[in-house]
Amino acid sequence: MSFEMESRACNEQFARVVVAVFLSRLDPTVEELDDVKTAVSEAVTNCVIHGYEEGEGIIRVEVSIDGRTAAVRVIDHGVGIADVKKAMEPMYTSRPDKERSGMGFSFMEAFMDELEVESEPGKGTVVTMKKTIGGTEQ
Amino acid sequence: MKGSIIYEKDNTTLYVGLPEDIDHFISEDIKAETDAYLESGCIRCIVFDFSRTVFMDSSGIGALMGRYKRMKEKGGKVMICGVGDRIRRVLRIAAIDTLLPEIEKKEKKS
Repeated sequence: MSFEMESRACNEQFARVVVAVFLSRLDPTVEELDDVKTAVSEAVTNCVIHGYEEGEGIIRVEVSIDGRTAAVRVIDHGVGIADVKKAMEPMYTSRPDKERSGMGFSFMEAFMDELEVESEPGKGTVVTMKKTIGGTEQ
Repeated sequence: MKGSIIYEKDNTTLYVGLPEDIDHFISEDIKAETDAYLESGCIRCIVFDFSRTVFMDSSGIGALMGRYKRMKEKGGKVMICGVGDRIRRVLRIAAIDTLLPEIEKKEKKS
């Protein structure tokens, strides 16, 4: 399943709700679903604030299911991240002026099982997150 | 859809009734509106009420911490109430649960 939307703050809720509804077929617990919603919200918010710097752009969200594992990819074609390692440091924010907590990637890591960030300055960023629903795979 | 934020001033305390979902979109309003109350003066304490809240991401943490720092500079404080399981989990993962004292939800004045 995939969808594309404009990079706007009001679409953050839309994105996490759509992903949650799609994943409900895995019969997740409320906590698991909330964890995924939080991670999606973080990834999409990053696209809006950092990727497209609150300007225009398209965010693509892809969700796939393999067994009991959900994989969510959030893709933007924005400014990209020069130093992914630094961006992923807890509490680091490139926008202290915006009162960002710097916890976006930390939250994605905490609420999902796996997190991978690929980025190229000037090209964009792809965030891939995986979570196994219902504990370990049978 | 944007939820509503309910503000109530009682003496030097500002109660902020937070919406169901706290994300980047609504956090900008929480920050701007709460700060407007602070500018108007004589607020010594902000109580963030999570009774209605079922979702919060790190943007909400940013808004909370920003208000916490601002109040601390002025010698005031920030407290929280009405915290459910989900929000407690988020506050704990952000490691700010120890910074914000929790109080009982205020009784509605009749």
